Amino acid sequence: MTSELADAPVAPEATPVWRAVQAHRLAAVALPVLSVAAALALWELLSRTNTISQRDLPAMSTSFRALWTMLQTGTFWSAFLDTVRGWALGLGIATALAVPLGIVLGSSEVAARAFRVPIEFLRPIPSAVLIPLLFLTLGTNLKSEVFLATFGAFWPLLVQTMYGVRDVDPLALDTGRAFGLGWLERLHRITLPSSVPYIATGIRISSTVSLILAFTAELFMGVPGLGQKVNFAQAYGLTDQLFALAIAMGFLGLAIHLAFAALEKRALRWHPSQRQGAA
Amino acid sequence: MLEINDLGKTYGSGDKATHAIGNVAFHVEVGEFACVVGPSGCGKTTLLKCIAGLLKPSRGEVLLRGRPVTEPPEAMALVFQEYGRSLMPWTTVRNNVLLPLRHKKLSQSERTALVDEAVAAVDLTRFLDHYPWQLSGGMQQRVAIARALAYQPFLLLMDEPFASVDAQVRGDLEDLVLRVHEQFGITTLFVTHDIDESIYLADRVIVLAHAPTEVKEIVPVALPRPRDQIATKALPEFAELRTHVHRLIRHERREEEVAPAPIATTHSEPTHA
Amino acid sequence: MPVAILVGWQLWTAHAHSPKFPRLSTILVDFRKEWLFAQFGTHVVPSLERIGLGFAIGTAVGVLLGVPIGLSPLLRRLALPHIEYWRAMPPPALLPISVVLLRSIGNLQKVSFIAFFCLFPVLLNTIDAVRGLDPTLVDTARSFRVPWPQWIGRMVLPAALPQIVAGMRNSLALAVIMMVLSEYFAATNGVGYVLLISKNTFQLGPMWAAIVLIGLLGYLLNALFLLVERRVLAWHRGWRATVPQ
Repeated sequence: MTSELADAPVAPEATPVWRAVQAHRLAAVALPVLSVAAALALWELLSRTNTISQRDLPAMSTSFRALWTMLQTGTFWSAFLDTVRGWALGLGIATALAVPLGIVLGSSEVAARAFRVPIEFLRPIPSAVLIPLLFLTLGTNLKSEVFLATFGAFWPLLVQTMYGVRDVDPLALDTGRAFGLGWLERLHRITLPSSVPYIATGIRISSTVSLILAFTAELFMGVPGLGQKVNFAQAYGLTDQLFALAIAMGFLGLAIHLAFAALEKRALRWHPSQRQGAA
Repeated sequence: MLEINDLGKTYGSGDKATHAIGNVAFHVEVGEFACVVGPSGCGKTTLLKCIAGLLKPSRGEVLLRGRPVTEPPEAMALVFQEYGRSLMPWTTVRNNVLLPLRHKKLSQSERTALVDEAVAAVDLTRFLDHYPWQLSGGMQQRVAIARALAYQPFLLLMDEPFASVDAQVRGDLEDLVLRVHEQFGITTLFVTHDIDESIYLADRVIVLAHAPTEVKEIVPVALPRPRDQIATKALPEFAELRTHVHRLIRHERREEEVAPAPIATTHSEPTHA
Repeated sequence: MPVAILVGWQLWTAHAHSPKFPRLSTILVDFRKEWLFAQFGTHVVPSLERIGLGFAIGTAVGVLLGVPIGLSPLLRRLALPHIEYWRAMPPPALLPISVVLLRSIGNLQKVSFIAFFCLFPVLLNTIDAVRGLDPTLVDTARSFRVPWPQWIGRMVLPAALPQIVAGMRNSLALAVIMMVLSEYFAATNGVGYVLLISKNTFQLGPMWAAIVLIGLLGYLLNALFLLVERRVLAWHRGWRATVPQ
């Protein structure tokens, strides 16, 4: 600042502003925590006072206790790993298939047009309809689970990759061509880096879908995993286990979502905001 | 009508404080057309937002018709620079102009009459049922002006309204604003970075100094009305005023001493030896 | 290309002679028999009802909650943990709970289940859109002292609409899936129920016909939605076309 400011008074809000910032930071942490605590307390209240019968809604404390007990059993963790394995394979295979195919379809106008209708038709098909089919063909095992998860995770990732490749700045490509870069090099140096954010978004979406379908396969077909445990709990009327498992699934889903959302944010960070779609 | 006393606005605190506005004081008379001019980044928009009640000043006060401005006053209307983001793209010109009137205590026919009158004043009657984005930039800004007019304000604030419009259209819009000022007699405060524009339009030009923002000088513009793009700008008084304001602003950019009088000029004398 | 696929399908299934993969022609015959229009009323209508209600309620609640949460930083902080947790929850994990808690396998349970999960795409998009409101628009509304109800109804909602509609499209796809899952899990009617029953009784023809029907339903609903979206967001397309990128 210039010397003219020498006699300008220091802004009178200096101290109150600092205090406001501190309060702000405190609120950012405290409010969400309070909110969760309040919700859990409400749950406990509703159940304990039998507003909703304890048969139907086990108390929060009961459910968490059941969860805690479960976490200490080996069967829980082996089921947990089964589910994670199914999820990971589903996501992995879907990525291995969708990304290359998406790049090819995205780069070639002809291919894109040829495959447009089949993709548009197959996309909205709820993967759930494959359940009876898989039950009858591949059986109630990991294969079915992985097939289902892969099928579901494939489509969003394919579409996102195609968008990402198609959205490459044509000017950048022309510049590459002017510099004598071959087709493969252009792909490697220009197209791929520019599509990474889209692919990252696609992987985030697909990670969620894969988990849902892996779990679904276990729930409906009895493939080993957490879904199967839920099935048993329901069959034997173990309501508190049902809730405990639901809580656990929620956290598993949350962990996966946060992890891939963080990855997506990193991929987007060095890229000007070109995000496609939301949620 | 409008009084600004010791206005200051500071962001942040301690040594990271940014003094957007240092100390601004001026007043605007009823029915006057006042222009505020200054180099880029000197806080013109911040100043206007404080006057409009959209920002709370750190120091000083704004008085509109004697009453302090703490939030956007009923008697004021604002025309923004980014017309594209100020107008609503999901509805027609008519509804855009109508929106601010909906909460005024008027009958339906009164509202319609105001809308029609305002749109006619800006020559867009043919486009009442178009969408704003179907119109050119200059026309969209005219819609924004019509919207402000229909609101029947006592004070019209305009924040560099023609900066995003191309040069040829700008002249037409300047004349439109003058016509409208003549027709409706609304007190107008017009912020711009274009010196020629400020002199062409104003009764008085308020020249702002650079950060921290202060009123450097208030230059009365005694050019005859009605103004004309060609005739008025050909007058020697116009050139003198122009030079004077340029000097004031250029000094600010270069931070050197300003030449004391507007006579010691560098442009060629009209007579030759 | 689609023709090629269909032809290929017919040829492959005819050649394979597998009872689990009946010929395309057989499937089409079964389809005609079952769904046009014999069982339509008994199963398709309830399923569509559930989708419709669940989608409508979920969307409405999503917008209703999304606007205040988007506008108020306080509400956002309070709602954040809940939103993040529930949006990541795999819906089938709550299927058994929904049956137990609501003590029903009828429409109440199904519509609630569908609506609950349809909420989230719309909610998230609404919050996003409201938070991203153009500050010039906000200043305009403030400078003209637009009162709160008109601000929300005539400015915030239309401005947020494109993003809300994008969320709705996702919600619709979700609604179809949730409908099938909830009917497959426990129901007395509906296309998902038919799917389950025909699988259990090894009636491959009707099973495939049900699969085709569900696929068709998903496709048609999506197409219908896109049609409506075109009309409703016509202004948005026109506007985007004029804004320099």
